[in-house]
Amino acid sequence: MAGLGGGPAAFGRCTHAVVRALPESLCRQALRRAAGPEVDYARAEREHQLYVGVLRGKLGLQVLELPADESLPDCAFVEDMAVVCEETALLTRPGAPSRRKEVEAMKRVLESLNLNIVEMVDENATLDGGDVLFTGREFFVGLSRRTNQRGAEILADTFKDYAVSTVPVHDSLHLKSFCSMAGPNLIAIGSSEAAQKALKTMQQMSDHRYDKLTVPDDAAANCIYLNIPSKGHVLLHRAPEEYPESAKVFEKLKDHMLIPIANTELEKVDGSLTCCSVLINKTAVL
Amino acid sequence: MTTEAGSETEVKKGSEQLGPDKGKDKPEEESETPENQKSREASSEEAQDSSSAPAPTSQSSPSSQKKEKVSPESKGISRFLPPWLKKQKSYTLAEPKDETKKRTTEEEQVVEESERQTPEGVAQPKKSLEEAGAENQRNAKADDKEKHSVPSPETQPAKEDGKEMEVEKVATGKEETQEEKEKRETKEVQTAEIKTEIIPQKSPKKIKTVQCKVMLLDGTEYTCDLEKRAKGQVLFDKVCEHLNLLEKDYFGLLFYENSEQKNWLDSSKEIKRQIRSLPWIFTFNVKFYPPDPSQLTEDITRYFLCLQLRQDIASGRLPCSFVTHALLGSYTLQAELGDHDPEEHRSDYISEFQFAPNQTQEMEEKVAELHKTHRGLTPAQADSQFLENAKRLSMYGVDLHHAKDSEGVDIMLGVCANGLLIYKDRLRINRFAWPKILKISYKRSNFYIKVRPAELEQFESTIGFKLPNHRAAKRLWKVCVEHHTFFRLVSPEQPPKAKFLTLGSKFRYSGRTQAQTRQASNLIDRPAPYFERTSSKRVSRSLDGAPMGISDQGLLRDFPATGGQTAGDKIIDIEAAGQAKLKEGGREDDGSPVKTPQLELTQDGKKKGDHIFQVKTLPGKEKQWTTMPWIAGAKPEETNKRHASRAEGPCTGVSDAAKSSHETLNIVEEKKQAEVEIEDTLVVDETNKGKMQVATDAGETCKVEHLSKKDSSSLPSDSSSSSSSSESEDEEVGEYQPHHRAIEEVIREEQEEEDDMKRKEHEEKTQRVEAIPEGSKLKVPVEHTQVTAENLVQENAVTIATEEKNLSEEIKQDLGEEKEEEQLKLNGDVSHVDIDVAPQIICCSEPPVVKTEMVTISDATQRTEISTKEVPIVQTETKTITYESPQFDGSAGGNAGVLLSAQTITSESISTTTTTHITKMVKGGVSETRIEKRIVITGDADIDHDEALAQAIKEAKEQHPDMSVTRVVVHKETELAEEDEK
Repeated sequence: MAGLGGGPAAFGRCTHAVVRALPESLCRQALRRAAGPEVDYARAEREHQLYVGVLRGKLGLQVLELPADESLPDCAFVEDMAVVCEETALLTRPGAPSRRKEVEAMKRVLESLNLNIVEMVDENATLDGGDVLFTGREFFVGLSRRTNQRGAEILADTFKDYAVSTVPVHDSLHLKSFCSMAGPNLIAIGSSEAAQKALKTMQQMSDHRYDKLTVPDDAAANCIYLNIPSKGHVLLHRAPEEYPESAKVFEKLKDHMLIPIANTELEKVDGSLTCCSVLINKTAVL
Repeated sequence: MTTEAGSETEVKKGSEQLGPDKGKDKPEEESETPENQKSREASSEEAQDSSSAPAPTSQSSPSSQKKEKVSPESKGISRFLPPWLKKQKSYTLAEPKDETKKRTTEEEQVVEESERQTPEGVAQPKKSLEEAGAENQRNAKADDKEKHSVPSPETQPAKEDGKEMEVEKVATGKEETQEEKEKRETKEVQTAEIKTEIIPQKSPKKIKTVQCKVMLLDGTEYTCDLEKRAKGQVLFDKVCEHLNLLEKDYFGLLFYENSEQKNWLDSSKEIKRQIRSLPWIFTFNVKFYPPDPSQLTEDITRYFLCLQLRQDIASGRLPCSFVTHALLGSYTLQAELGDHDPEEHRSDYISEFQFAPNQTQEMEEKVAELHKTHRGLTPAQADSQFLENAKRLSMYGVDLHHAKDSEGVDIMLGVCANGLLIYKDRLRINRFAWPKILKISYKRSNFYIKVRPAELEQFESTIGFKLPNHRAAKRLWKVCVEHHTFFRLVSPEQPPKAKFLTLGSKFRYSGRTQAQTRQASNLIDRPAPYFERTSSKRVSRSLDGAPMGISDQGLLRDFPATGGQTAGDKIIDIEAAGQAKLKEGGREDDGSPVKTPQLELTQDGKKKGDHIFQVKTLPGKEKQWTTMPWIAGAKPEETNKRHASRAEGPCTGVSDAAKSSHETLNIVEEKKQAEVEIEDTLVVDETNKGKMQVATDAGETCKVEHLSKKDSSSLPSDSSSSSSSSESEDEEVGEYQPHHRAIEEVIREEQEEEDDMKRKEHEEKTQRVEAIPEGSKLKVPVEHTQVTAENLVQENAVTIATEEKNLSEEIKQDLGEEKEEEQLKLNGDVSHVDIDVAPQIICCSEPPVVKTEMVTISDATQRTEISTKEVPIVQTETKTITYESPQFDGSAGGNAGVLLSAQTITSESISTTTTTHITKMVKGGVSETRIEKRIVITGDADIDHDEALAQAIKEAKEQHPDMSVTRVVVHKETELAEEDEK
């Protein structure tokens, strides 16, 4: 066991993924920042199944799929419910009150994985997993409408080994609405002013210098990087049909195994690729 | 304590110049009592100063120029010093204040002598009027002298401080010489210092020894006897020898003032002066955590680092997750116990160790589990693994200091190898890498960093933090200086010493840098030393810092405390004492800073003089000055203290200005542009919502084209020069400009050599930038000032000075209730003194408005965006408008007037603080009285600042109907809506 997650080299290692099926209530009742076209449930489900299929079939992860709960229209966005780093999982207190019950199912499944579980009980704290960017070396926590300082503090207390820096997030739902890790040392970042500003903040806060991958579309900057032993660098990114220009940027990543995934329907309710899973690296049982 | 030969030449100079002084010094030195020593030091310092001052004069101008180049800062300082200040020295000396101690008088005499020399020197330069620079130099010198004189005459404490300073200098010098004999960078000042030290050494007989206890990392105690006056290095070397440690530069000795306040023992200074009345108990600790422990050469070094980290972890100073606690604990077991032995290591064998602040059964089980997996690792390997994991912890090597941001929010400042980290409740809210930091300074309890402008920003910003007290601020500053030097520089910078104008602490890291220690480590050629790894069981006990502190305190009580007072109290006293510094002030840390600045100034004087010359030409430099004073003014709370301090001499503000000026100077000279450096003033006061700082300097507006905004700023500075003296007085100030060092000759930053260049460019750019805003942003206050200027009625001697070319007369308005009359008389008396009027061209043209962006924030998250209430970002607009007659500067700089007297008076009301500085001097047979008033109006929007300003000016006029207003400087700081700032 390498300690501290084995260092940056182990970044992206993943054995398990937690996902949750889409409730039909999602179409009409899911929280959304702006009104827009209604979600095509059938298509959303197809896309989601493809997503899960990639994780399970193509990448060989053990996918733990929670059943949908119609009373929780946003329940498919499991990322917001937990922050898992190494052997420790922090169950969040989502910023949207309507989503707080979603944590319960997440708690059960994480317990089943024997993770060290920390619950956020402070009623003044809110934290959405979508605001948490873990780079392998440190955390950045977006202070958004969904996440506050106190939530970030608790995260810092939970993951004491790492620096936790706060990044103001405006104009978007989450920090990861416009960025994500696209590699062990690579931050994918959108081109919007807000995204670039956030990136600057992160760069200033960090002792480490990250490479950046700037994509034209903020939404496309949310991608999923995995380090799969048999496949090396794997990157799930938005499909060319959705964001052709951004897809071209991803296609320049030579060392990555690129897997385009469409997410058109869930995007209507602010869902991104990372939103739909919690990735866990369960190391060999000691 | 060995004397170094390097400085001989310098010494000689000093001796020649100050021959009499030396004589005095020697006898004093002979006396062994500490006081005597102090006095010696002081005298030596003075001597140095004097020597330095005279040297330029005696020497040809070229030499002075050289000096200038070398130490631009000093020049900058000199600039600040008004000519009259120079003269003041003698006067002040003459004044009764000296009574306190005979020694002081002696010293003063020395000073006087030096001063005398200086006037001569001045005269000489005058001869060659052609070289305005020379004159400036003189002035600078004189100024320096003045400063010296001011402090010394006023009170003994100043002397003591000087002593302390000297000590520091000496120590640094020694170290440098020892370490860097080859380099021979030692300067005159250093040499002088060395002398002083040497002398004490010579006095052989009364060697008192003291028993020292040093708590070692393995929990054991090391005891040894030390000469009472031994320096920290002696003890440190002994300890390292005892430990068989060669790579010792990462380590240091701590002493605790109390359970929380730990101080690093400065190896270049006498122990006794540092710990004062504290017991001689120290803790051996890691001072600089190597970012990559695998690069350490010896296992034994890594072992001690491990011990330190185990302490840090067990005490909670280095936070770890559960898993990391377990992992690190397992490596500890492997290193200390070897492979897990099921027979020997029963279930409870672990609980005797402490791995974490809150150790649970679960954790111990995990540790044991992991321990089994390390089978086969040697102790050294286990240590290495331990370090490889520990070094990744985010708080590894971060030295935390409690502070408040500009809004009074509790934060933590963390100093580490890479820079300065700002934390609020465990969250990192900002970070300033060393390359981003232009200057580190502290003033009183405030700590400032000046940061390079961000990509799209035009201005450098200064960020201020409030520390619990000034000692904490200084401690933080020192730690920053040390960390920056150790991790960023190839070789340590020379301490500012005499050359620098540095007002405050001359402290510099004098040890080896990481680069040097690595180099040295490569040369280590010995078989790996055998050492025994003690069980961390013990470690856990003794490791904790707090307990140590407590024990220390207890010990302290037992020990007869000479001072009796706590350090904090003493400090307070000092501040309160202000001008009259008590012996307490003499204590190294507290007293020294104040004196230091002064002393430094004096020493620097010669060089400064040269610089001054330049400065005058370059208005930009002056800016800084002005700002600094303003700053001082800005803090109403401290006014009282200021009074005292002011009398003493130019403070940090000055130094800052000087430094910045230095940097800029080069540039300026070339281009003759005003420097654009933005004023560094940081107003940390949480209260400041709209601060109007108004300095009413008399001033007719003179317009000089080249004097740009900077001039305006500079102008204020000039006025401030008089005032500056007062400013500088601020007791403790320390500045450290990481990047600029290179300029000074001493140190180059590896990466930052280029930076300097860039910087200059940058500065230039900034200047340009500033210009724009300035023009656009004149404000109402200016008008007021103008009004006053118009009102100028008459001139006393002052007019004469001003008369010259530019017509500007400067008169400083006085609040000074009492002594105007006296001064006037003085003026008359002094009339006999001839002063050359070398009119320098100093003019301020348009009312220069300097716009300064003040960002007081600790939050990187910054600006607009923070949703949290606490967003600590405050943007302030600062404007300085100066109306002045060019002559003023010229007269100040060019004319070597004889300073008859100088005094500073401060009065305070609810919203205004008025500081009056009265200077009397004789120039060219004409006596001139200058009254400089600084009025700080502080308040919220509900105060009509303009009105207050107008009233203040009016009052000033009324008080001194027979005087004319020569300059008015209005400095306005206003908080801006974030958006408003560009």
